[in-house]
Amino acid sequence: MYRGMLLGRRLDERMIRLQRQGRIGTFAPIKGQEASQIGSVLTLRRSDWMVPSFRETASMLSRGWPIEKLLKFFAGYLEGGQPDEGQNDLPITIPVATQLPHAVGLAYAAQYRGDDVVVMAYCGDGATSEGDFHEALNFAGVWSVPVVFLIQNNQWAISVPLKKQTHSRTIAQKALAYGVPGLQVDGNDVLAVYAASREAVARAREGNGPTLIECVTYRLGVHTTADDPTKYRSTEEVAEWERKDPLTRFTAYLKKKRLLEDGLEEAVDAEIAAAIQRFEATGAAEPLTMFEHVYAELPPHLKAQREQAAGWLREGENGGGTTAAPRETSPPMRGQRATRR
Amino acid sequence: MVKALNLALLQEMERDEDVLVMGEDVGVDGGVFRVTEDLHRKFGSKRVIDSPLAEAAIIGTGVGMALYGLKPICEIQFSGFAFQCFHQIENHCARYRMRSQGRFHVPMVIRMPYGGGVRALEHHSESEEQFYAHVPGLKMVIPSGPRNARALLVAAIRDPDPVVFFEHKGLYHAAKEDVPDEIETLPIGRAQVAREGRDLTLVAYGAMLRVAREAADTLAEEDGVEAEVIDLLTIAPLDRETLVASVQKTGRAVIVHEAPRSFGPGAEIAASIMDGAFLSLEAPIARVTSWDVPFPGFAREKGNVPDVARVLAIARDTLAF
Repeated sequence: MYRGMLLGRRLDERMIRLQRQGRIGTFAPIKGQEASQIGSVLTLRRSDWMVPSFRETASMLSRGWPIEKLLKFFAGYLEGGQPDEGQNDLPITIPVATQLPHAVGLAYAAQYRGDDVVVMAYCGDGATSEGDFHEALNFAGVWSVPVVFLIQNNQWAISVPLKKQTHSRTIAQKALAYGVPGLQVDGNDVLAVYAASREAVARAREGNGPTLIECVTYRLGVHTTADDPTKYRSTEEVAEWERKDPLTRFTAYLKKKRLLEDGLEEAVDAEIAAAIQRFEATGAAEPLTMFEHVYAELPPHLKAQREQAAGWLREGENGGGTTAAPRETSPPMRGQRATRR
Repeated sequence: MVKALNLALLQEMERDEDVLVMGEDVGVDGGVFRVTEDLHRKFGSKRVIDSPLAEAAIIGTGVGMALYGLKPICEIQFSGFAFQCFHQIENHCARYRMRSQGRFHVPMVIRMPYGGGVRALEHHSESEEQFYAHVPGLKMVIPSGPRNARALLVAAIRDPDPVVFFEHKGLYHAAKEDVPDEIETLPIGRAQVAREGRDLTLVAYGAMLRVAREAADTLAEEDGVEAEVIDLLTIAPLDRETLVASVQKTGRAVIVHEAPRSFGPGAEIAASIMDGAFLSLEAPIARVTSWDVPFPGFAREKGNVPDVARVLAIARDTLAF
């Protein structure tokens, strides 16, 4: 558990440096949310399903996503979003809340087939304003399917604070309208998140339907690497939450209980360094493979376009034009302007 | 055509337990157009799901079911309401294969009634095939009669890719044709020559096929002109080969569709003909379409949706060029 949180934090810090160096593109850091992610994901079995949004690096690592694969994803290689065969995770979903109905459908299908499967779906506080969030909760309630909605309420949806996002006192209470149990938990207390998730997963596994868990946490870093939070929130507020840093808290707890292993940080850093080396060895992306996964079979017009593209690429190699754009600073994600520093 | 579609659903559900039907009123009620009649009684509420009223979740949960390995057939009650699930179709149905680099795919069918001429309200009369035809990763199918509707629906259900399947409301009860007892399929991505001819190519699909055929019959009777009529059946991927072969023979093309003209299917069809048959062309390619206006109300629909007279007039202009 601690190792998972630590790996999430250390990789996050490393990825910010990689992004600033232009070695990967825009990504959404998780700093501050490690407890919410690790405490919840560890209650799943390998045969269960995990449905991430785009800020679940720690959960994904814990589910067995190799570090270099995630780095590839954020370097623009779709190969990095391909779950291994037999790995029951969906790839990263970027449009906010749209993955939640997928989780409900997966849970319906598992129940239909009689499989012992629980689905855990992640989203943030901003996602709870989207129609898909409400539709997914409603369907999950009506169908009584084995799904857990894990909301990381990190207080900010880019620049919009929770009080501008919803007039509800809590996010957990939104579940009640759908006849679904809603729990609110200290998202910076990994053991509390674990206890709440274990209860929800058990309820789903026993056939008693969905649960919504609101993890009250805080995004200590930027929304994405294209974001500048000093424009919209105070350093005092951030400092306040830094005192509640989930990793610091769990470290103190483990130290007090004399449960902390020595050398863990070094081991985690070595694992990250080795993965970055493997990532750096990635060859240039072969452009023509973009035609491979559009349809099961390539239709005639795409065969023709692939031929055309191949022709242009050959011409490019012969000096007839440039086809490979140089790496530029990463483009912004939703709602962001590129910051110039 | 309603009975033919119902038969396709029934036979595919009997054949494959993974096939499910979901949508608003598709269960006990049998669908507002009765396409899913009796399926609920035969297969129960786990396989014929009366969903809550929410298009995005109908498609979104369908995506999840398909990712798990089921074959959901989702009904959107009217195509005019599909914009509330368009993001699920464009963002997810069409892209999971690419996003997961082949690890997942979404073998689902999205059925929607479309089209005008049935004295219906706004959002119940439009033709929006161009939106889906434009999205890479989707297939877009529009049958023109009972027999090809049934065969194409079976093909769509068995297709490994997501298929948007439009059913013209005007054909549901008006179009009658014998269909065989045994299951038939037609290949998706292939057009049919509905009527052979050497002087002019009329390209149509859905309810416009009847309009094109009638125009062709009149041209034969009154003008001594033999028009070839192409029934597209699949809008995307477009069967360019059949279109080009026809225009290479006739040298003239008129495209008929109910969707508004600008950036509509006719533009892509015309460009494809230009690409493949430019040197055979004797006249500019013409389009007979609805005007570029929002649905004007069914009291004015006659002036908007193409009819035989308009097709005839444009066809004669093209022949005289």
